[in-house]
Amino acid sequence: MEGDEIMAKATIEEKQYLVRFRADKESHLKILDQTLCLEKCPDKPCTYFCPGEVYKFEGDRIQVGYEGCHECGSCRIGCPHDNIEWKYPKGGYGVVFRLA
Amino acid sequence: MPEKFDVIVVGAGPAGTSCAYLCAKNGLKVLQIERGEYPGAKNVMGGVLYKQQLEEIIPEFWKEAPIERPIVEQRMWLLDEESAITLGYKGQAWANEENYNNFTILRAKFDQWFAKKAQEQGVTLINETVVDACLVEEGKVIGVRTDRPDGDVYTDVVVLADGVNSLLAKQLGFHEEIEPAQVALTVMEVLNLPAETINERFNLEDGQGCTIEMFGDATKGHLGTAFLYTNKESLNIGVGTTLSSLVNSKMKPYDLLEYVKNHPIVKPLIKGAEEAEYLAHLIPEGGYHAIPKLVGDGVIVAGDAAQLVNGIHREGSNMAMKSGSFAAEAILLAKQTGKYTEEVLDIYREKVYESFIGKDLEKYKDATETLENHPQYLKEYIPMLNRAARTFFTVDGISKQEKQRGIFNMFMERGKIRTVQDMYRAWKVMK
Repeated sequence: MEGDEIMAKATIEEKQYLVRFRADKESHLKILDQTLCLEKCPDKPCTYFCPGEVYKFEGDRIQVGYEGCHECGSCRIGCPHDNIEWKYPKGGYGVVFRLA
Repeated sequence: MPEKFDVIVVGAGPAGTSCAYLCAKNGLKVLQIERGEYPGAKNVMGGVLYKQQLEEIIPEFWKEAPIERPIVEQRMWLLDEESAITLGYKGQAWANEENYNNFTILRAKFDQWFAKKAQEQGVTLINETVVDACLVEEGKVIGVRTDRPDGDVYTDVVVLADGVNSLLAKQLGFHEEIEPAQVALTVMEVLNLPAETINERFNLEDGQGCTIEMFGDATKGHLGTAFLYTNKESLNIGVGTTLSSLVNSKMKPYDLLEYVKNHPIVKPLIKGAEEAEYLAHLIPEGGYHAIPKLVGDGVIVAGDAAQLVNGIHREGSNMAMKSGSFAAEAILLAKQTGKYTEEVLDIYREKVYESFIGKDLEKYKDATETLENHPQYLKEYIPMLNRAARTFFTVDGISKQEKQRGIFNMFMERGKIRTVQDMYRAWKVMK
């Protein structure tokens, strides 16, 4: 396959397939107050700056796909309402970078 | 009574492992705690490791460490949408073992190697363990609480080398929550490409490497940089911008990465390369003003946790190693006195501030904020420089003098005073 073709369709889903995640059963990320996201946060920046597209606004709430989290910490710092409780996944769980 | 250690190091990155290595080498009983499956599993960097600071810990480490390529050329591109002003330095001196300056490395491999070297010195390493809190008694840190059953461990001194997010330093009140303008969210990919193809495309001999930093259109004019580094048989390509500019511009970091990969100046270099891994990480960019309290009773903060990164010169892991080494020196001194008080350990803070770390961060202390508040440098001047170069180098029958006049007028269109102010401001924050 030509490199051009690969690049043309490199979506976030495909990028995330390149990453190894060892997901815990429970989330290490928590939206503290969903009504705040719904009513007070028109831009919902977490839904676009999160590099793993962990946060998606569906229906009337933010869905948290913690399984694909890179643990970078951006959501904790970038949430304009400090509305995300952020912990590290339990020891050994979460993202496992294999290369860089 | 549970087991007690002389030193507990939280984190097995460059800062933590440097400190653990030197403490163990000097006879201290060291426990190092890493939350990942192995050291490096959670660690990300663009890929440049400078030689000096690790050489001081392990002489000639590059003979056995898993390095990718010694760097013989550093390029800098000022990108516009379809063009670039290119600058750089290439020298055979850097190709000579004696004079190696820096290397590309892949962190998952490198960090495991480094941690192994520390274990050989006697460090006890526990992986897959999160430190949830420091144990504090009468204002003094006396151990850590891990997420393991019966997970309290006691020590004389704890070294927080737990990375950019350092929740532990924050818990101790050493710093407030980080501001979105003080971190760069960086996403990158490892792209597999055969060594010969890399050598040809980047004009390299076998076993020599090249780094490219990109400014301007690489971040669509937002504060940040993109980079392209050569490994043995792969490339690291990434882009980082301040979290605040991502929030304000509503850009998605992975879309920006695709934009860079498809930039006409970049694309031919990575053509046909196969994506092998995608990674995201925060880089502390707050600089001098963002350095937290570094020392307390029974505790020291080092590396990214201490925000010790020089974003202008992409130096971070070297500062992490140096700060880890300073931490070890301070702990060894404290051991002699038998006291691990803030007063005794304060020698660590002094060493950090008096070394190149403190001096370089002070030199650029206002650079990030100035560039963030004055986006014209990346957004307007870089495109103007590109237009100027194109005008000047295009032969079209117009005299050079007339071209020069045209270029001068283009820069002055912004208003003479404004342009002069911009130049003065840039000189002031970089001088």
